[in-house]
Amino acid sequence: MAGPKYPGFDTLALHAGQSPDPATGSRAVPVYQTTSYVFRDTEHAASLFNMERAGHVYSRISNPTVAVLEERIAALEGGVGAVATASGQAALHLAVATLMGAGSHIVASGSLYGGSHNLLGYTLRRFGIETTFIDGRNIDEWQKAIRESTRLLFGETLGNPGIDVLDIPAIAEIGHAAKLPLLVDATFTTPYLMKPFELGADLLYHSATKFLGGHGVAIGGVLVDSGRFDWEASGKFDTLTAPYAGFHNMDFEEESGTRAFLLRARREGLRDFGACMAPMTAFQILQGIETLHLRMPRHVENTRKVVQFLSSHSSVEKILYPELPSHPDYELCRKLLPKGAGAVFSFDLKGGRAAGKSFIESLRVFSHLANVGDAKSLVIHPATTTHYRMSDEDLKKAGIGPGTVRLSIGLEDAQDLIDDLDRALKVSSR
Amino acid sequence: MNLVVEGKAAFAYTAAHELDGRKPTVVFVHGAGLDHSWFGLQSRYFGYHGWNVLALDLPGHGRSAGPPVASVRGMADWISSLLRSLRIEKASLAGHSMGALVALECASRFPWVERIALIGVAYPMKVSEGFLDAARRNDHAAYDMETIWGHAPQAPLGGNPNPGMWMYGDTLARLERLAPGVLYNDLKACNDYEMAGEVSCPVLMVLGQRDVMTPPRHAAFLSQKLKQARVETIALSGHSLMAEAPDATLDALVEFFR
Repeated sequence: MAGPKYPGFDTLALHAGQSPDPATGSRAVPVYQTTSYVFRDTEHAASLFNMERAGHVYSRISNPTVAVLEERIAALEGGVGAVATASGQAALHLAVATLMGAGSHIVASGSLYGGSHNLLGYTLRRFGIETTFIDGRNIDEWQKAIRESTRLLFGETLGNPGIDVLDIPAIAEIGHAAKLPLLVDATFTTPYLMKPFELGADLLYHSATKFLGGHGVAIGGVLVDSGRFDWEASGKFDTLTAPYAGFHNMDFEEESGTRAFLLRARREGLRDFGACMAPMTAFQILQGIETLHLRMPRHVENTRKVVQFLSSHSSVEKILYPELPSHPDYELCRKLLPKGAGAVFSFDLKGGRAAGKSFIESLRVFSHLANVGDAKSLVIHPATTTHYRMSDEDLKKAGIGPGTVRLSIGLEDAQDLIDDLDRALKVSSR
Repeated sequence: MNLVVEGKAAFAYTAAHELDGRKPTVVFVHGAGLDHSWFGLQSRYFGYHGWNVLALDLPGHGRSAGPPVASVRGMADWISSLLRSLRIEKASLAGHSMGALVALECASRFPWVERIALIGVAYPMKVSEGFLDAARRNDHAAYDMETIWGHAPQAPLGGNPNPGMWMYGDTLARLERLAPGVLYNDLKACNDYEMAGEVSCPVLMVLGQRDVMTPPRHAAFLSQKLKQARVETIALSGHSLMAEAPDATLDALVEFFR
């Protein structure tokens, strides 16, 4: 018998989370630009505060426009729900702060965005949360780095800047055997290219600033829970399974089961740390998501053309793109990313730092800036920008050399991009 | 609250309150493959408004040890044992779907039942052969059927009243945590159930107008049989009334149990 069918990705990208506005019939998602919501009466107010009724109280905790974005991303990822945050960094912080406190430990791949490396390696350490950075490709290192105090395994689906493909099934298996969840930063892949929960990840987040928005006009993040990790059975997460004096002695897991993590993230994390998303930001990111399924194939198509061009160029020493057989994760990429390895990659110029400087300054279509995942093509020199706080040793561990250049391929005419690169490479090799 | 019922570990959510013999008691009984938290908002409300709340995890569900009980009659017996162990002499029940049949069975047999609210109910509650067969084989298709048929057709494209949550994802995550065989056990129990006796206590039926799992027309026989039953049909909601229409469902329960 043919079973019922879920809506497809493209339909969810356009609709999930919103029915036409009941007050006005508005088809587009309205921007609820309000801080707060009028209670029907004192009884209604009390029941909203005490989580006896569903609804909104104050826009730091939830907002109808932001809720559409949260539900839409949860639908696209196959999670139980999501919490939108002020940035991708805020989403990472919220995940960590929801799961652990001082004395806890994280095992993370060393191939991370520089900002995440700063948060884990320096800032959270000051608050008593220690992180061991490992070679994410070495599966044994994940196992060996786990301690009694470990509470989280963490990596990027495509690691900065060497575009390491995270072996989610293998790492999740190690985590689950140790009763630990795996959190992934899925920014570079988006739910269009990869569904981390289907591969075994338990939690994920996006810098929605990047491909989800795509337009480069809004900073935001979104943290999603698969709802599959059993916090109670793990026994390692008192924040979710023990009464919390800061919220009417609520035991979040007992209260809400599969929703425990998100409930605490919202009710404590947004309440106390306050890194919420503004409604206009949610609206802007939603505009991007409505075309995610159209943009991502074009990003990948353009990237493949650019990679092919650079592969045969005499000024290029090395390209790190997982679809190339020379990339260490080529086979894993074919398995985990059949729709494409994204639109961000790095290459090393012959001539090192000086050639890199000259190359970047000669580009006309590519914009030199600190972002990726824009509809416009972008370029940056990681050693002097995104990863500048990292030691030489950590840089090397992360696969970054002095002449490494990172490209984010946009949606322009691919030949224009190739011509731009060709011209800049000629200048840089003089 | 952790308990031992019939020699096995059991769990009932009490909304963080101690049981108080002076308060009335309402017992929440979940549907096939689900658990106590399916009634999260509604059970919490009653716990904070003067009621003893026991939102149960039936055996083999949530935090209660298995195996699951094979029949609706057996589930009713288990609830009766649980209340006896807590020395609760009178209680009302709110049951959803399979839980509604359990409430019905309790009301037809046990004098301790004061009132019953039947949410998303049909009688008989026949389950399609394809659904049963998929569940028998522990095929994920059974979870998909329960998830999709368990919500109104617009649910995947509409807004969740609970901010930021994805109804389909939440249902699937719960079902995927089940031990093999539990969903089949529950669906078969629904399919096989036949009412044995008469129900004389007050009855509320809360139905979802867009319910495709237990459409309102499938409750017609029951509403004719239970002359005293009051029927509330909630517009736009499907089978998962507590999630799809949490306030309307709560309002109906508050009005009935008050």
